[in-house]
Amino acid sequence: MVLAIPAAVALGFLVLPLVGLVVRTPWSRLGTELFAAGVWEALRLSLLCATLATIAATVAGVPLAWLLARSNVPGRPLLRALVTVPLVLPPVVGGVALLAVFGRRGLAGQWLDQWFGISLPFTTAAVVLAEAFVAMPFLVLSVEGALRGADPRYEEAAATLGATKWLAFRRVTLPLVAPGIAAGAVLAWARALGEFGATITFAGNFPGTTQTMPLAVYVALETDPDVAIVLSLLLLAVSVAVLAALRNRWAPTT
Amino acid sequence: MGADDMTAAHPLAGSGLDARLVVTRASFTLDLRLEIAPGEVVALLGPNGAGKTTTLRALAGLVPLTAGFVRLDGEVLEEPATGLRLPPERRELGVVFQDYLLFPHLSAVENVAFGLRARRVPRREAHARARVFLDRFGLAELTEAKPRQLSGGQAQRVALARALAAEPRCLLLDEPLAALDAATRADVRADLRHRLEAYDGSCLLVTHDPLDAMVLADRLVVLEGGRATQEGEPAEVAYNPRTDYVATLVGLNLYRGRAERGVVQLTGGGELVAAQPLSGQVLVAFPPAAVALHRTQPDGSPRNCWPVTVTGLERHGDLVRVRLDGKPSVLADVTPGAVAELGIAPNAALWAAVKATETRIYPA
Repeated sequence: MVLAIPAAVALGFLVLPLVGLVVRTPWSRLGTELFAAGVWEALRLSLLCATLATIAATVAGVPLAWLLARSNVPGRPLLRALVTVPLVLPPVVGGVALLAVFGRRGLAGQWLDQWFGISLPFTTAAVVLAEAFVAMPFLVLSVEGALRGADPRYEEAAATLGATKWLAFRRVTLPLVAPGIAAGAVLAWARALGEFGATITFAGNFPGTTQTMPLAVYVALETDPDVAIVLSLLLLAVSVAVLAALRNRWAPTT
Repeated sequence: MGADDMTAAHPLAGSGLDARLVVTRASFTLDLRLEIAPGEVVALLGPNGAGKTTTLRALAGLVPLTAGFVRLDGEVLEEPATGLRLPPERRELGVVFQDYLLFPHLSAVENVAFGLRARRVPRREAHARARVFLDRFGLAELTEAKPRQLSGGQAQRVALARALAAEPRCLLLDEPLAALDAATRADVRADLRHRLEAYDGSCLLVTHDPLDAMVLADRLVVLEGGRATQEGEPAEVAYNPRTDYVATLVGLNLYRGRAERGVVQLTGGGELVAAQPLSGQVLVAFPPAAVALHRTQPDGSPRNCWPVTVTGLERHGDLVRVRLDGKPSVLADVTPGAVAELGIAPNAALWAAVKATETRIYPA
């Protein structure tokens, strides 16, 4: 009973804003606003960039998680601390940091520009990079936790059967931690989809190339709050639908 | 010392497993010489913390040696002195782990085929060969079952099939029966014995159960505190224990025989009545403490009662172990008081008695 009241407050606090969003939706304008120019472009860009960022975070993040969980490289606690920095870093600061590295005069950016003529900032690739930067820690921590929970002796058993480290990782470890990878990827995807601060700082806000849904919502709020609500509702619906679909798909195996 | 080991002319040189394992830890040193001929089953028996599992892991390459060597069929697998160390996957040793470690996401047939697949046998052929193994192990119905759907005994057989399917030159078993309940244990033990008899490579069995060791092994190596304290054929070790651990634990009276509803005609002569009405080839075991000695033929309850002659006495802890010749010959543990009271001395004629309920009987 003592716990029920704060629990109810917490639930209300989490749910009420969503209710408010639905209640304040200008349903009469919904049709026209949904098909206004740029909405679907922004949504497509959001989904594409979040998915690419998740793939990038998974491809690089799973080996990093393995390194943190299984190897005995020196300074592992420090490495883990570094990995979690983007979690606590304000995203805007992350964007500034990315500019410092990949900007035209950045540490790596100047070489990319000189040697390959590549300039990352204010491109779609920059959106993916910014989203991967903030999303990867979620995946790494989730997979590292799964790896720590998985019995390393399965890898030893595989080795005694003649499997190389790589084969044991691929055929034994990876399937064992697949639920952890899936959970981490979903978290990373959701985080990437909502990314705002790092994106607007590092990639800018250009409709068609870097303006994702959160940026479109922000811009709309300045001019027409009703449009912002419509866009928010759309983003909410899409992300809930995707998460629900993934959950249903994995439910039988987990 | 290393040079001595290298040059020592030995009947096993060139075939089977030949190792001297030295593993030094902070508070523990394992130093064990181990030779196992092809087709031979050696049981490594010892209390917890004696270094049994470390021995097995060192042979498999999962724990590095501090010194010594591991040779298999003449090939050096590891030798710290020369810096040579093959990783586990290149040793061609099969391991059956204590809790089997069957890959939970793979079916029985995929588990058994794993070693073949690791050696690049095409999937179709690997699965066909794995099915043959499962069939031979009486698991034909369970090829598609996941490990969690298997009973303890079935999982043990799948684990053994998985290790053997990769055609190892040496088989290592870590407490292969420890994870089983008492009811299935006897059957699985008998089954395992037949499998090991059929295996023609060297086999090391790690166990803390003297019965498993005596039933399954051709030879025992007793490991205490990281060192071998006794070695020999099971019967020899049991009848001539050299340490108190061996005396109390391995000093089992163990007989083979043919049972007819619990009445066992022993292979070496004599008859014993067991509590369970088993039939067929069996093993009968009971501890020396279960044997009561009498000056004259006792009347009343014990159904197993036969004349014996004292051939020797030894002190073990608080008790005296009496060796008795008869049909069957038997070990008895009695108190020093009883020794005086019964006048137990070499060549004394006595009666030995064992209650049927004190015996354990197993299918052989």
